[in-house]
Amino acid sequence: MPTDAAVRAEALVKTFGSTRALDGIDLEIPTGTVLGLLGPNGAGKTTAVRILTTLLRPDSGRAWVAGHDVQTEPDAVRRSIGLSGQYAAVDENLTGFENLYMVGRLYGMNKPRARERAGQLIDRFRLTDAANRPAKTYSGGMRRRLDLAGALVAEPPVVLLDEPTTGLDPRGRLDTWEVIGELVADGATVLLTTQYLEEADQLADTILVIDHGRVIASGTADQLKGEVGGERLEIVVTDQSEVDVTTRVLAEVGTGEPTVDQHGRRVQVAVSEGAKSLVEALRRLDVESVTVLDVGLHRPTLDDVFLSLTGHAAEEDAK
Amino acid sequence: MTVLVQGLRDGGIVTWRNLLNVRRNTEWLMAAVVQPIMFVLLFAYVFGGALGGGQYREFLIAGIFVQTTSFNSAFTVIGLCSDLQKGIIDRFRSLPMSRLAVLLGRTTSDLVVSMLALVIMSLCGLLVGWRIRGSILDAVLAYLLLLLFAFAMSWVGALIGLSSPSVEVAQSAGLVWLFPLTFVSSAFVGAGTMPGPLRAVAEWNPFTAVIQSVRDLFGNEAPPGMAPSPGWPADNAVLYALLCLIAILAVFVPLSVAKYRRVASR
Repeated sequence: MPTDAAVRAEALVKTFGSTRALDGIDLEIPTGTVLGLLGPNGAGKTTAVRILTTLLRPDSGRAWVAGHDVQTEPDAVRRSIGLSGQYAAVDENLTGFENLYMVGRLYGMNKPRARERAGQLIDRFRLTDAANRPAKTYSGGMRRRLDLAGALVAEPPVVLLDEPTTGLDPRGRLDTWEVIGELVADGATVLLTTQYLEEADQLADTILVIDHGRVIASGTADQLKGEVGGERLEIVVTDQSEVDVTTRVLAEVGTGEPTVDQHGRRVQVAVSEGAKSLVEALRRLDVESVTVLDVGLHRPTLDDVFLSLTGHAAEEDAK
Repeated sequence: MTVLVQGLRDGGIVTWRNLLNVRRNTEWLMAAVVQPIMFVLLFAYVFGGALGGGQYREFLIAGIFVQTTSFNSAFTVIGLCSDLQKGIIDRFRSLPMSRLAVLLGRTTSDLVVSMLALVIMSLCGLLVGWRIRGSILDAVLAYLLLLLFAFAMSWVGALIGLSSPSVEVAQSAGLVWLFPLTFVSSAFVGAGTMPGPLRAVAEWNPFTAVIQSVRDLFGNEAPPGMAPSPGWPADNAVLYALLCLIAILAVFVPLSVAKYRRVASR
């Protein structure tokens, strides 16, 4: 292994038929930190996780987890990782306790140790009341907690979480964030995939934005937001003829080049002073006698990151 | 730990998990318990009356044993396919456990289901007049042969389950191949009653070999007109059955293991 990073990948390529799911991904996660892999559906996030967890072999490129090559030492890698997938992989007919006990046994624990560990995790993930009920009676949030608990049974040094909060309600999302925070406090290295900039912002030390199987940006959340340019001001006007004037005004008020949607008569620009910039823009548009149909100010989203980095929206890509 | 010891240990854990699943899933439990009872009673009384009464019922039981244990391979087909769909196999594959354990655990738990089915069918068989007329040792051999047969069918089912794109496909694919094999055999009527080509197939069908062996070992006589047609497979039924089962295992165990590695790494 070339460095002491907990996870390292070099030029990973994986194709499925004619689709290049991964087109040369490099990544490195220093021990004890969280890497957020941010991208829309189909960007290659899950493929990357599946290669790092030995579920899939790359066509080319190499990867190491906890110092072990994923292709030549898969067993050593599996002993060092915990995986929680996008779809909660719990056995519905087993109780929460039995699910965790089984995973503990399959990590090689003896019976008393596996029972003890299952009990600890049940308590920690607030499943105590439901411990002896089949998992099919659990809510979506409880299943995700159980799946996440399954990833932590062996207290692995490296934890990979594939969209751990997709489909969770706000409460469930906050719970999951808290658990991930605790993991890192305990010294684990975490790779987390997400479609939400906010989530990567909250949890990740470093964010890697990927699209079409390539890394298109990397850095801290603040660095990425800097590239997008803080908040976005959006103006919709009533008449097509007013779009040009509006674009000129927003170019003066904003910090970057406005993006124009002619058809929707919609103009967007990054602004640095939030509400103040909004008031200024409206005042100037009023002077120019532009009739504003709708106005909005929002924090940068994944779409904005994508729009500014790739020139296309994340959503279009997902289809 | 050696590879084999770990494979058996982890396979045991997966077996435990699968059996809990059978016990807690009403549909599966019905299939495991009610199906054997139904088959014995249904065939014994629906066909029994027309085809020779008591003697036919005794002849029929070996056929029902083989039919039911082979149909139990559908547990393997559906079980593996649904584990694959639900991402449970992904979780297993990310654990430092034996590569063999998932398949071994599945085929072993289904062997337990077949044992249960054989106990139930034997009791029902006794009710409809079937008897073990040979020695205890031969009877034990007959049951062991039936279990080996169930185990071999389960490995065929493993390959089908891993190749099925959805549980719905698995449900029909898991059974459809069994109908010609059970009906074009001596399970329900003697092979000699069938027309030329069908008769040749039935005589050499491995199912016929297992059924004939079990009849010989239990000492169950065929009713008039249903006696096994003379020939090497009928004269050496136990040997031929064992050869077939070993051949089936030798082909389908490696194929299923290879398929498991590929399919689970999509």
